[in-house]
Amino acid sequence: MAFDKPHEIYKRRFSRNVGVGLALVFFVALVFGLTVVKMIRGQDMRAYDHVLRPNLIAPQAPDAPDAPKVQP
Amino acid sequence: MSDVHTTPEPDDAEFNDFVQLLKPRVMSLVVFTALVGLLVAPKGLTFIEGFASVLFIALGAGASGALNMWWDADIDAIMKRTLGRPVPSGRVTSGEALGFGVALSGLSVMMLGLAANWIAASILAFTIFFYAVVYSMWLKRLTPQNIVIGGAAGAFPPMIGWVAATGSISLESSLMFALIFMWTPPHFWALALFMKEDYAAAGVPMLTVTHGRKSTRTHILVYTIMLIPIAVGIGFTAIGGIAYVAISTVMSALFLRGAFQIWTRNEEQALADHYKIEKQVFRFSLYYLFVLFSAFLLEVVLKPYGFGGW
Repeated sequence: MAFDKPHEIYKRRFSRNVGVGLALVFFVALVFGLTVVKMIRGQDMRAYDHVLRPNLIAPQAPDAPDAPKVQP
Repeated sequence: MSDVHTTPEPDDAEFNDFVQLLKPRVMSLVVFTALVGLLVAPKGLTFIEGFASVLFIALGAGASGALNMWWDADIDAIMKRTLGRPVPSGRVTSGEALGFGVALSGLSVMMLGLAANWIAASILAFTIFFYAVVYSMWLKRLTPQNIVIGGAAGAFPPMIGWVAATGSISLESSLMFALIFMWTPPHFWALALFMKEDYAAAGVPMLTVTHGRKSTRTHILVYTIMLIPIAVGIGFTAIGGIAYVAISTVMSALFLRGAFQIWTRNEEQALADHYKIEKQVFRFSLYYLFVLFSAFLLEVVLKPYGFGGW
């Protein structure tokens, strides 16, 4: 059985499909680039999750007035 | 087995029709002012973060343009200038414009939040809401001050650019907002004087229709006078400098001269020379904003050589 010739909708919507395709490729490339930049900069992407993690607390001088008292 | 048929639609939307929904001319102004807001900020972003921020600010502005075209399709179909827009011409359906606008709004806000920060994204979301809902749906058909209030939507981009870079709103970004906010009315009313759109038939209460042309001429002069202290005043903040103050003073004096000429003319004089002065002032107002924002950049460029800033 011979293939029919392509439907006219492919011709009619060619520019639209190419445009959408290029826009999506560009968007993916941009998101990838943004991800790489943010990872390279080493941003701490973890936020406070209701569990105290000592590394989220900024280091304080031992004699600072707000420094937590260490129990002997 | 039956064949599948689609109804031929010779007026099918092309990719360019969706680009036109974003109002590319307005977007170019948004790109420029947002870029300046971002570049003059004291903190910087990496190239790709800055590029993405400006892109998504522009896309957000474009999305609000698409929503505006969806809502105003009935007005656009009446006025000659807007008759060929994608929705009134039938190339894009009303539903497509709405869907496109809503989807792009969400995408641009979320992506700006991820690329820069969520304060900038929140202001962008508010800008889209302000233009699409407060201006287009509410005030445009209600009050002749529609241009004044709607101008706020166009004034946000440099502030969003600044906030994208710094994470906070400051005096400088607020003054850049005020500059565009005060510039919009005289710019648009100068256009309204010579475009002679059929606003009355479209049901849009433009100042030229509700208060007359003489009153519009007075409004142009008054708003230009109010614009000048802001335009020159920014020069004394951290983003200004001697070069900016000099440039803005000269440009403001020329703008004021044009506004004064418009004020002193009547309709007979304007008709006799085909609105020559009004057209000149409208064109000059575009250069005015471009030159002032370029002067902010000039200050940034001169700074490393010890000339820019105070």
